[in-house]
Amino acid sequence: MIWCIAAALLLSLSGVPGLFLRRDGRGGEGLACLLVLVGVVCGFVGVGAGLWRGGEDLFTLPWSVPGGELALRLDPLSAIFLLPVLLIAGCGAVYGLGYWPQREHRDNGRQFRLFFGAIAGAIVILLTARNAILFLFAWEIMALSSYFLIVTEGEKEETRRAGFIYLIATHTGTLALFAMFVLLEQASGSFLFPAAASLPAAGATAVFLLGLFGFGLKAGLMPLHIWLPGAHAAAPSHASALMSGVMIKTGIYGLVRLTSFYSEIPPWWGGTLLALGAVSGIFGVAFAIAQHDIKRLLAYHSVENIGIIALGLGLALLGRSFDLPALALLGIAGALLHVVNHGLFKALLFLSAGSMIHATGSRDIDSYGGLLKRQPWTGICFLVGAVAICGLPPFNGFISEWLIYLGALRALDSGALTVQMAVLAAPALALIGALALACFVKVFGIAFLGEARSAAAAEAHEAPASMRLAMAPLLVACVWIGLLPFTVAPLLRQAALAWGGQEGAAAITTILAPLLWVGLYGWLLLALVALVAWWLRRRARRAPPPEATWGCGYLFPRASMQYTASSFADGLVELFRFGLRTERHAVHLDQLFPEPRAFHSHTPDSVLDRLLFPGFRGIARGFTWLRARVQNGLVAVYLFYVALTLFVLLLLLTTY
Amino acid sequence: MFGLSNLCLLLVILLNFFTLGSSRLVACIRAVALQGALLALLPILLHGFSPHAVLLATIALLLKGIFIPWLLLRAMNEVRIRRDVEPLIGYVPTLILGALITAAAFIFADFLPLQPQHQGGLFIPTALATLSAGFLLLMTRRKAITQVLGYLMLENGIFVFGILLSEAMPLLVEAGVLLDLLVGIFVMGIVMNHINREFSSLNTERLSALKE
Repeated sequence: MIWCIAAALLLSLSGVPGLFLRRDGRGGEGLACLLVLVGVVCGFVGVGAGLWRGGEDLFTLPWSVPGGELALRLDPLSAIFLLPVLLIAGCGAVYGLGYWPQREHRDNGRQFRLFFGAIAGAIVILLTARNAILFLFAWEIMALSSYFLIVTEGEKEETRRAGFIYLIATHTGTLALFAMFVLLEQASGSFLFPAAASLPAAGATAVFLLGLFGFGLKAGLMPLHIWLPGAHAAAPSHASALMSGVMIKTGIYGLVRLTSFYSEIPPWWGGTLLALGAVSGIFGVAFAIAQHDIKRLLAYHSVENIGIIALGLGLALLGRSFDLPALALLGIAGALLHVVNHGLFKALLFLSAGSMIHATGSRDIDSYGGLLKRQPWTGICFLVGAVAICGLPPFNGFISEWLIYLGALRALDSGALTVQMAVLAAPALALIGALALACFVKVFGIAFLGEARSAAAAEAHEAPASMRLAMAPLLVACVWIGLLPFTVAPLLRQAALAWGGQEGAAAITTILAPLLWVGLYGWLLLALVALVAWWLRRRARRAPPPEATWGCGYLFPRASMQYTASSFADGLVELFRFGLRTERHAVHLDQLFPEPRAFHSHTPDSVLDRLLFPGFRGIARGFTWLRARVQNGLVAVYLFYVALTLFVLLLLLTTY
Repeated sequence: MFGLSNLCLLLVILLNFFTLGSSRLVACIRAVALQGALLALLPILLHGFSPHAVLLATIALLLKGIFIPWLLLRAMNEVRIRRDVEPLIGYVPTLILGALITAAAFIFADFLPLQPQHQGGLFIPTALATLSAGFLLLMTRRKAITQVLGYLMLENGIFVFGILLSEAMPLLVEAGVLLDLLVGIFVMGIVMNHINREFSSLNTERLSALKE
């Protein structure tokens, strides 16, 4: 545990020395990076030691806060969330050396590094905290640090707006969490987290609903995802990687931890999570398809993947309610592995997107084009991340989605129709995967293939060595989990048992056994792809060179003749019209030789821009009207209020 | 003794009506002065000739019956107004409202959780009615002088409440209340003077000219 505390302290304080160094110089960025890396190594040692012993004892220190105690414990459930945190924080710190150097960002470089370290440290504490007050403390530090990460470029209007929306959303969620922990304290008798499966389900409805709201808001489940696209787009790329890859998972961690407290789970908990997960997954990816901003697109994919994780968790909860250990274990194992996997491949995608932004200075997909020739490393990293996020073998996304698929099919084992309905998670997952594939075909095709669509893209350069170096461990981890999945099986087994109780110990070993074969098939697939590629290349070399005999009007192709992001996605966007409500600003062509015309489409967020903003604006207008009526400046009316108050008080006196 | 105090209280209520219905300022000031003087009698009527009651009665008479009305009459002469011409609510509606409020006060007093010796008497209804009449005066009139009269009437209502307690209440508290009243009237006088100088009228509505 000492190692983990050391890691948290080193991470939190990594940005502090830089504050005392000169703004014009290197500003201690090397020192901050070194501290983060040392902290990450400490963390890995701590987690490794903890896992070796199969979880640790409770570590407590007195704390003068009422009800609070510095109670920390590392169990396999914490460990599985901690590993991606440490890896991504370390990679992000190295990436920052090339992406956000102090000499180019004098105004906000030091601030950024301070909060980057603080959020990583806070998450380490949050994931090991066993006291509700300490948990909320770390939660708030995390929330505020990420706010400051989002508003790093606070001089931009759009960034400030995203920051404010995030701040409002996170504090609304924290409010729900405060209420939830107070109710939990009344149920268990102390602010210390209760042991797994120790609380009765009676009276847990309010706790679960508050937790679902508070944690769901942080995780970005669909109707609550309002802050996510703007915030991830506005933050610098490695901050987006940390936030999307790790920070939103703390919401999932909260839900997993909360549900582990109860000995029996009402069936509607799992049903609710399944429904929310399906909605988040399908609409998350549908919104992603309609985006042109690469970071907004990736942010909507976070919503989608949180949906997939929620599907897994929902299956697991259903398994607990109906006493189906195979369903519960497959669901939770899939969900937990997807937490790790999403952290890895989403961080990889955000970092490679950052490398594209670094090279071209734009987040618009339509201003890239042909980047694979100029940024081969970035292209390979992005491709691996994209294949993984689509849930295709042989990379890691496939493994976790495969577990969830298996879980969904296990729902048929039960005799009850309500549980059998859960098998519908499988087609939902298939739909999500197919749409994600379409989306990443669009992104990869538009950004990396074809011809450059802007001058900046034509002169793009490969990312500096520090950025490529930072992407490498993530790339290796993605491939590793995909090709050697049985190596993570022991960790997964421990974590699943820590959540669901020890009775499934025998079941889970048989459940995870086929992972060996899955890994083997992955190698086979890889070999097959290599073979086909080699054969195609050989054939292409032998084929006669292409000659423009007829040309069909394409003798002099131009960059603007290529598919754009809008046109590629149009068919699918049309299918989801009812939910997306894309605004199309098109002009009708009505003559043979028309003037130059422009077309653009825009997809605002349905919940935020179409529901919350108009709703709150209406409420604000109503209150303004009311205030003008009540506070009208007439002395007589104020006196009337005094008389009215007196009268009401007297009336209260008579009734009580 | 009870017959006399009840007579006093009835007169107080009638004076409320008179003040609510009258537009002539001199008459209003005199009515409020008379009301004050009648109230000054009440402690003696209720508690007999104890030194405490006599002292209270004397101070009340001097302040409410003589000093403040004299101040108001002087102020009125200085600003040269005789009538509050355009109240927010007309005189007849004000009177009707006053009657309704008085009736409500009588009904309401039955529901208040009171000590047994105070129940059923005229004191509580009169206090409530006078209080509400004072509020009504404050709300409906525009001139600052009439508003001062409203405050005075409000205070008279509170005084009636206080008389019920004057056995229990130390002299110092009562003296404090009366002093408060005096200071309040002085402040109002200064305010009136300033309103008059700035706007050459005593309409308090002008005060809201600067509102957004």
